[in-house]
Amino acid sequence: MTAVLDVDQLLADDSVHTIVCCGSGGVGKTTTAAAVAIRAAEQGRTVAVLTIDPARRLAQALGLEHLDNEPAPVESIDSSAGGSLDAMMLDMKRTFDEVVLRHADPGKAQQILENPFYQAVSSSFAGTQEYMAMERLGQLHAEQRDGRARWDLIVVDTPPSRSALDFLDAPKRLGSFLDGRFIRLMMSPAKAGGRAYLKVVSVGVNSVTAVMSKILGGQFLKDAQTFVAALDTMFGGFRERAEQTYALLGDASTAFLVVATPERDALREASYFAGRLGEEGMPLAGLVVNRVQRTHVPSLKEARAEVAAEAADELPARRGKGWQPGDTASLLRLHADLAATAARHEAAIGRFTAAHPTIPQVLVGAAAHDVNDIAQLREIGDELAG
Amino acid sequence: MTSDWDGVRLHIVTGKGGTGKTTVAAALAMSLATEGKRVLLAEVEGRQGISGVLDVPRLGEDEVQVATGPGGGQVMGLAVDPKAALLEYLQMFYKLGMAGGMLERFGVVDFATTVAPGLRDVLLIGKVYEAVRRRPGRRGVRQDQVYDAVVLDAPPTGRVGQFLAVNQAMSGLAKVGPVKNQADSINDLLQSDQTAVHLVTLLEEMPVQETVDAVAELRSLPLPLGAVVINQERTPPADEHARNLLAANDFDTAPLADDLGELGLRVGPTLVGGLVQTGRDLVDRLDLEQQERETIAGLGLPTYHLPLLADGLDAGGLLQLATSLADQEAQV
Repeated sequence: MTAVLDVDQLLADDSVHTIVCCGSGGVGKTTTAAAVAIRAAEQGRTVAVLTIDPARRLAQALGLEHLDNEPAPVESIDSSAGGSLDAMMLDMKRTFDEVVLRHADPGKAQQILENPFYQAVSSSFAGTQEYMAMERLGQLHAEQRDGRARWDLIVVDTPPSRSALDFLDAPKRLGSFLDGRFIRLMMSPAKAGGRAYLKVVSVGVNSVTAVMSKILGGQFLKDAQTFVAALDTMFGGFRERAEQTYALLGDASTAFLVVATPERDALREASYFAGRLGEEGMPLAGLVVNRVQRTHVPSLKEARAEVAAEAADELPARRGKGWQPGDTASLLRLHADLAATAARHEAAIGRFTAAHPTIPQVLVGAAAHDVNDIAQLREIGDELAG
Repeated sequence: MTSDWDGVRLHIVTGKGGTGKTTVAAALAMSLATEGKRVLLAEVEGRQGISGVLDVPRLGEDEVQVATGPGGGQVMGLAVDPKAALLEYLQMFYKLGMAGGMLERFGVVDFATTVAPGLRDVLLIGKVYEAVRRRPGRRGVRQDQVYDAVVLDAPPTGRVGQFLAVNQAMSGLAKVGPVKNQADSINDLLQSDQTAVHLVTLLEEMPVQETVDAVAELRSLPLPLGAVVINQERTPPADEHARNLLAANDFDTAPLADDLGELGLRVGPTLVGGLVQTGRDLVDRLDLEQQERETIAGLGLPTYHLPLLADGLDAGGLLQLATSLADQEAQV
């Protein structure tokens, strides 16, 4: 017997303050995050949903033409239970800029913001998005209103990445870069001014620097050095924050929802992720499988439907332009196709279950349409709650 | 399609995540591998997608055979690793030897391949560029590593513009120097008629919207667009006659129930109502698909169609897709 994920129980648990939706690209993470957030808000919780890259229609479904870095209230939810929902979209560059402005003195901050390395790192470095999502999450949790936390639940969508694991690894990667040897190396000519330093190091530095400027051009290296020197001021701040947010994810107040589709690759990714959460001691609430094919006649299996369709082809035609046995045959074939897909999905999910029998799961059916409004998100919420 | 792309040596395949980009790239590589031809299928995201789709061991820096085309040609596979590409690049152009190892020790390689903006992408495409440019008889080029075409399983639509905008990435940084020159040469190839960027989509709202956005972005770069490949297309099992009847409000279920009874099925509201609903779902879906098809047609690009494989993807299925692709003439 498979463990069933009880979303309502999760939402009712007021010791849970963060729900992180993760999974590989294209599995419906953002939709799941939005549906979970709406359901929580309508059950009375004060919720913020942090989306990363919502489809235009989803933003519109939340009643927001332009989601941006600041949370905006979603008016169309049912607030009769006393809850509320704010929605926002991560603006990676702005979040990064704010970190710089907060941690560096004004003169230096400007220098950093104008550096081409900074501009590239803040807008495109793989990992910045993940890091900034965590940074923003930390900020949201710290926000106060009337003397207490402004939100008691924050639902986070994770950046689109090839692997769900990126979300966990990226902040560390940024941290280790800032702590890296090369950074120290680039810093050293500036720092060593007036000081005698070891000849050995100097030889190493000079030849590395020489090679770098030969390959990349002098300006490239100079910009890199300025960037690194400027960042040096914020070193402590960055590392500390990265560690703090990482610790927050391991806290009992956080719950991870791993999202997948019933396809081999997405479930394999979910499986890796679940294993990794276990290793890191991070709390996994369960698996959400989106877009599961179901049929309207579950008892009619594919093979039986195929046989019946063959037989229907042999039935004598009716007179007139009405329904023909051939039409019955096509309906049966249509059903057989769906039943085959449904069986394949079931088998794929079964393999996951066999590997992770204790992870609670919930299945969400495939819908013909993309989500267009709040009512549809609510329906997904209903499905999530079983 | 084999003759539709004469002259194109670099096929770049992108698409929204989940549309089957890697599968289509693999099928395309196989379909181009006609008799006596050799095609390289390369991936750049460290995802080992080729290994998954073709069911072969993990790929590394060595180019190894991963498939045979329906026409008998060879498909070789390569997973480009930015670190290896950087070291190879340094070795090739600077004969660094020891210095290469030193760069690695000092963390320069890490820096260059993860943080230095744009450099990672230049290195990744640079390796692909090198493979495209190999010619027989050149010094250091192995005969079995000369390719008639290279198929690149590129990053998804959301990132592909940034990935391919090699020059823009470098413009703010390396203004002169060998890396800048390398970026320029890559860019010349990417913008030439030897390159085609293909987009994979499903007949669903979001993938089609992303395709439309990506086409606009790629056109602005400008990069030469190839085809739109509509993947996982389903032929409706019910014809128009049946669909029209089903869609009508006053659909009479009696004849359907009679047929089902004749066939020995247990006739009840679940069966009859369920099958009618199944048919109506199909009608809805086909309407939606038609809208998406029209949006795609509005792009003015040649299109190809690949069927949904009911049994999922296996070696036979991939060969089926490759054959289907090879036999199609582009619809313009």
